[in-house]
Amino acid sequence: MLVGKQTYVFTNKPVVIATGVSGGPFEAQGKMPEAFDILNDDLWMGEDSYEKAHRLLIEQAIQTALKKANLKEEDIQLAIGGDLINQLTPTNYALEKFSIPFLGIFSACATSMEGLALAAFFVNSGGAHYVLTGTGSHNAAAERQYRYPTEYGGQKPPTAQWTVTGAAYAIIGKQTEQNRKEPKVTTATFGRVMDTGITDPFNMGTAMAPAAADTISQHFQDTGRNPSYYDLIVTGDLAKTGKPILLELLQQKGINLEQNRYEDCGLMIYGDDQSDVLAGASGAAASAAVIYGFLLKQMKQGNYRRILCVATGSLHSPLSIQQKESIPVIAHAVSLEMD
Amino acid sequence: MFVAQKEKTPEKLVLKQLEKKHELKRPILRNCIVSFLVGGTICALGQAISFFYIYFFDFTEQTSGNPTVATLIFISMLLTGFGVYDRIGQFAGAGSAVPVTGFGNAVISAAIEHKTEGFVQGVGGNMFKMAGSVILFGVFAAFVVAIIHTVIGMIGG
Repeated sequence: MLVGKQTYVFTNKPVVIATGVSGGPFEAQGKMPEAFDILNDDLWMGEDSYEKAHRLLIEQAIQTALKKANLKEEDIQLAIGGDLINQLTPTNYALEKFSIPFLGIFSACATSMEGLALAAFFVNSGGAHYVLTGTGSHNAAAERQYRYPTEYGGQKPPTAQWTVTGAAYAIIGKQTEQNRKEPKVTTATFGRVMDTGITDPFNMGTAMAPAAADTISQHFQDTGRNPSYYDLIVTGDLAKTGKPILLELLQQKGINLEQNRYEDCGLMIYGDDQSDVLAGASGAAASAAVIYGFLLKQMKQGNYRRILCVATGSLHSPLSIQQKESIPVIAHAVSLEMD
Repeated sequence: MFVAQKEKTPEKLVLKQLEKKHELKRPILRNCIVSFLVGGTICALGQAISFFYIYFFDFTEQTSGNPTVATLIFISMLLTGFGVYDRIGQFAGAGSAVPVTGFGNAVISAAIEHKTEGFVQGVGGNMFKMAGSVILFGVFAAFVVAIIHTVIGMIGG
């Protein structure tokens, strides 16, 4: 049901039944290895290309989610997902292995919440019993597509971010007597594409902050809620560059986020000793892994009751950057709540 | 109405200000010092290799350049293949990018990266993806300088 301009309320409260999260070796050394169900100890994962390894990560995440939900692929009516690689090939190939109808989506690193919102929509409307949704990214596959070869010795500025190697999928289902106590998807606010005038692809955090600010303020305006409604508001991958900018942009709009109730997934995955990360984590898997692997567990443990997840995406391509276009950005928000 | 894309809207100006305010600055002084030291070390190594070829083999100061460059590029190739050169690059910046080893790294990293697409279309087609413009403009600059040199030579006799 549409409320206000861009927000949908899911009155039947679809449930997050189970999640599966896979990751790579660098994530294993990070701050939250417990968020990952499977941690691969090699970037190649026994495959002969990074793209195939990327595909494997997605397969691992889907298989884990199905296993944890105790469901077979025939039980799932629809899969919605995407990644960062051209034509979504890793996700398309991974879904070849499962006989599940599939919708491919792309909004860069905001894909996770776009998928979750759409999945909740299908389940909420009574259209599907179970929908699988998620996303993935692979550091080396993304580096080679968006930037330079992995072994190239160019120096990155401190504003650059580190693409997460991983995949995270969730199964969204109808609410029943048995799963009443699980986290539910309650609302979604779809963001709009914005041009922020930033042209530096090594400064995505700054570019994405206005999109996050726009979607968050629209969410509050549409729902009539205010920041204190949520125990935690979490953005996707604004990192060290975008986080302070978002707080200030929201302040200008009259919204004050308290420091202890606002986090950024891009700053939660890796430790301070992992200096390669520079400004923070990014990639489609950044928000997906933190939300599906870590925050949902925290909700089940009772640490949070209501969270607002705002995944942020930079929608540029290597071509658009070379043609000196500025980076278009987007943010999608989904609220998760416990009864 | 369609609004021109490049227009500076108030939102963009606000973001520019905030970007400046919260900017994570490149440590320029540190970068300069480190690149000077690392670049200097690579050059000193090159000089040592050059002396090696002069003293132990039959090379002169003029002819020792070729084997020296080849040796440096070979070292750079090994370091790139073992995944070390990109780490040196992140630490040293221009210090490891400007010497000939950086050129070698640009060629070899692209060759390694595109091995998955085969030897002809992958390695062959992409090897000079980054170094290609260095070669093009290097050759062109040499051509221009040679013409100037010739003309001055003809006038000045």
